[in-house]
Amino acid sequence: MPPFQRLLDEHADEVMSVLRGAVGRSDAEDCFQETFLAALRAYPKLGDTDNLRGWLLTIAHRKAIDHHRARDRQPLPAGGAGEVEAGAGGEDLHMGDLPADDGLWSLVGALPPKQRAAVALRYACDLPHAEIAAALGCSPEAARRSLHEGLKRLRADLATAGAGPGEELR
Amino acid sequence: MKASLDRFSARAAAEGLLDVAYATTDSPFGQILVATTPLGLVKLSLPNYDADQALEELAARVSPRVLEAPAQLDEVRRQLDDYFEGRLREFDLALDWRLSKDFRRRALHAISRIPYGQTRSYMQVAASAGNKRAVRAAGTACGSNPIPIVVPCHRVLRSGGALGGYGGGLPMKEALLEMEGALRRRE
Repeated sequence: MPPFQRLLDEHADEVMSVLRGAVGRSDAEDCFQETFLAALRAYPKLGDTDNLRGWLLTIAHRKAIDHHRARDRQPLPAGGAGEVEAGAGGEDLHMGDLPADDGLWSLVGALPPKQRAAVALRYACDLPHAEIAAALGCSPEAARRSLHEGLKRLRADLATAGAGPGEELR
Repeated sequence: MKASLDRFSARAAAEGLLDVAYATTDSPFGQILVATTPLGLVKLSLPNYDADQALEELAARVSPRVLEAPAQLDEVRRQLDDYFEGRLREFDLALDWRLSKDFRRRALHAISRIPYGQTRSYMQVAASAGNKRAVRAAGTACGSNPIPIVVPCHRVLRSGGALGGYGGGLPMKEALLEMEGALRRRE
């Protein structure tokens, strides 16, 4: 199997970007350390090395969830979830195969905490709504609303920035 | 990102997860890769070798937990610098011999005792390793030396005084021996 350093060389930037989106810039460093320490611990016994990137992102998503669960006792700001219409078609949202673009993730990182977490857990970690809800300690419906709000705001931010990736948020 | 990665390798070492730490260091012959385990220096890859391939071999033969962690190799790099600048005649480093076995390991042990500025023949090395007729095997041991320079296989010559071979190339072997005063500089 490849020397572990190669995993760092190839995927550390992306893992850090995803974690900044999921837990915010100030807490991403701790989650990054926990992610790669867990990976290094498990690495020699990892049977299948075909998708090391996916394996690392899965560990990162677990660490992000652990982080949010630890924060459960400190309620997050509501993030204006009430503005969303009920029939907005939650399951139809796709961000496509988003590149690990630090510019986009920095916009995600600027979202209110609950929206930020919902967007990152959904699109970086590929979690279903029920698991996002569990991670955030809210109902699936509230998780869905946070996700909608976050995506709406991201689209607006991207349109303001005149950036091409806005297409991918459809 | 660099600060995060430095912190990571330090934490990996503190938690006993850093099985192989490596670094590169400059030498008069080009860039050298050095790697250590918790037991000691396990590998020195000369400039003419592919560093990526050396790391893959370490991952396969020692442990895949291979990390670039220069802080773990500060002392190794300091002693190599001093050696190349002629200030150090004897390395004082813990060595991890796990990449050599049996006769080869015994031959490399014998080579590690050849003093600075002196040479031995392949036959003498074979004898020191316990089989004076295994001259060819002594040559193979030199060729497979995982820790050249520190285990000074450049000090082993043919019986008639001819240079023999060297993994780093004969010009490097000749230059090392000249630096140590074991060969007279060619006029």
